[in-house]
Amino acid sequence: MSQKYMKVEKIDHGTVIDHILPSKAFDVLGVLDLPGGTTMSILVNSHSKKGGRKDILKFENVELTDEEANLVALVSPQATINIIVGGKVVKKFNTEAPKVVRGILTCSNPNCISNQNEPITTEFTLASDEGHRYVCSYCERDIVDLAKSVSP
Amino acid sequence: MRHVISVHDLSAERIVDVLDRAEGMLATARGEAVNDCLKGKVLGSIFFEPSTRTRLSFETAMNRLGGGVIGFAGTEATSVVKGETLADTIRMVSGYADAVVLRHPQEGAAKLATQFSEKPIINAGDGAGQHPTQTLLDLFTIRQQMGRLVDLNISLVGDLRYGRTVHSLAYALSKFGNTINLVSPEGLEMPGEVVEHLEGSGQFGIACHTPEDVISNTDILYVTRIQKERFPDPVEYTKVAGKYLIDPELVSKGPDHMIVMHPLPKINEIAAEVDSMPQAKYYVQAFNGVPVRMALLEMVIGGR
Repeated sequence: MSQKYMKVEKIDHGTVIDHILPSKAFDVLGVLDLPGGTTMSILVNSHSKKGGRKDILKFENVELTDEEANLVALVSPQATINIIVGGKVVKKFNTEAPKVVRGILTCSNPNCISNQNEPITTEFTLASDEGHRYVCSYCERDIVDLAKSVSP
Repeated sequence: MRHVISVHDLSAERIVDVLDRAEGMLATARGEAVNDCLKGKVLGSIFFEPSTRTRLSFETAMNRLGGGVIGFAGTEATSVVKGETLADTIRMVSGYADAVVLRHPQEGAAKLATQFSEKPIINAGDGAGQHPTQTLLDLFTIRQQMGRLVDLNISLVGDLRYGRTVHSLAYALSKFGNTINLVSPEGLEMPGEVVEHLEGSGQFGIACHTPEDVISNTDILYVTRIQKERFPDPVEYTKVAGKYLIDPELVSKGPDHMIVMHPLPKINEIAAEVDSMPQAKYYVQAFNGVPVRMALLEMVIGGR
């Protein structure tokens, strides 16, 4: 049988996030605040040309800013961002771990004041690039598992 | 100085500045001199958790400097029991007072308070987090008794996991260049981030489970209570409570100049006979809370 359809169609305008760690695509979606109704393709555990597996996300008509894209590094540090305009890649870059993250993450310390019913936004600062170590600005504790700390 | 939240915010120079000012407050703290530099000022003292020394020494400090104190100890008679947020409580108290001293069971509470107060906030202990004024009075006592803050062998003994005073003290001592030994029961070891910090700054001595292993090379034996209220499981508490007894025999094994400190309250970790030994400095340490807190109040309310 001839291969009639591609698994995921190319997009004409928008953002492709490539080289996401396998099975982390949904965690990436968790850190991004995409406009409602965004058309997206999600490819999970796809074969990578470099060997191994990876996830891919494609958002139509949404161009991620550098700041938004860097949030991806919280859950998948090796991901690359491709901005597509007119069917061509006009910008390609690697994500960089943000120095400060406000909101998005929840402190893993249950006794942290940021986990109580207080009118505040969580805040975490990058303490060390190695292993993407983030520290809560309130209780000064390390986040234990970044992916699990993404607010639902 | 604006707020006093964490030892991480205090440079070595700032700490020495506080200690120098505290030294200048000693006579007033003892009632031998009069200083009314905070006359007409009001301190908001809000304690969501039990406290004897910290609360009373802050109140004494404010009174000795001519100011007044409002506040509460325990939340039973306040709107907190109606579900008022800490943010709202702070907004209200900071409207009444010129500075607010806060003790709260949750870590990060004092940092939160700074966002809702136009007045200085002093952290009087937030859960298992920071207790910077205890650290400052510990450093004051060390300098007073040993004549310096550098090149000392300090052995921290007891609950190093949940004991907030030892976390803050370890960080503060490392700003000056010392050797810090860690003595704790299994399961109550110092948190990894504190150990890494000490190792990274080349000030980590040894970690062990019995004080006998470090006593002969200790200038300051800093003992802490096994804190029942920090244990999620009472069975675990019973297992380790009372495991360490600092008695005259052990104290006598230390160098002649060694001193014994304790943030108090002590329960049964130090034998009563030690109290009258010249090495025991924990009551002096408790008194030193007054001049140190006088200095801090003068600095934050006076904007110095």
